[in-house]
Amino acid sequence: MNLVKQLLTLILAGGGSLFVLLAAIGLLRMPDLFTRMHPSSKAATLGTVLILIGIAIHFENGAIAVRAVLICLFLFLTAPVAAHIIARAGFLSGVPLAEETVIDELSDRYDLETHCLSCPPAEAEEE
Amino acid sequence: MTEHINLFLEIVLGVLALAAVGGFVRLLRGPSLPDRVVAFDLLATVGVGISAVYAMAYNQPVFLDVAVVLALISFVGTVAFARYIEERLKG
Repeated sequence: MNLVKQLLTLILAGGGSLFVLLAAIGLLRMPDLFTRMHPSSKAATLGTVLILIGIAIHFENGAIAVRAVLICLFLFLTAPVAAHIIARAGFLSGVPLAEETVIDELSDRYDLETHCLSCPPAEAEEE
Repeated sequence: MTEHINLFLEIVLGVLALAAVGGFVRLLRGPSLPDRVVAFDLLATVGVGISAVYAMAYNQPVFLDVAVVLALISFVGTVAFARYIEERLKG
């Protein structure tokens, strides 16, 4: 039982750290801001949560497990919000998209004064 | 057995430090301010992971409190930066 617990802890900690490393590599290699946000908000969160689950198993202590779960919940709540808020600020301040981008549906449709999306293009409405 | 576990956890700490180096490179190079904020966010997440693994490797659960505070602070910092970038546009 002890051996199973230790193995589980090590697998969780090692896998989590690999996910975090993957997030850093993605942050370095992705072409523009909006693609860089994917690894930093998803892979890094998953890696940290795996490490924290490993901690909760390792210590076998109620108070520490509650703390680990608290951090997990908080990361799951805040990571998407933070990524969305930064993507919005970056888009509005005109950060260039990567050359490979196929479609930008938001271009010229966001009013900075009123903070509203304008209507879809006219021909789409007539159909 | 315990020595092997400690060695493995130190390797894990090294991998996390490598991830932190990657975040720092993006923080220095990042062409725009939002890029740097994203890198900063990743650094905070890596910091949570490092303090958690440190607590496990050296059997000091106090470091989990550091992780809690770091997770709280980084979100507030990101939101503040995003507000700043948006308000700067209005001039």
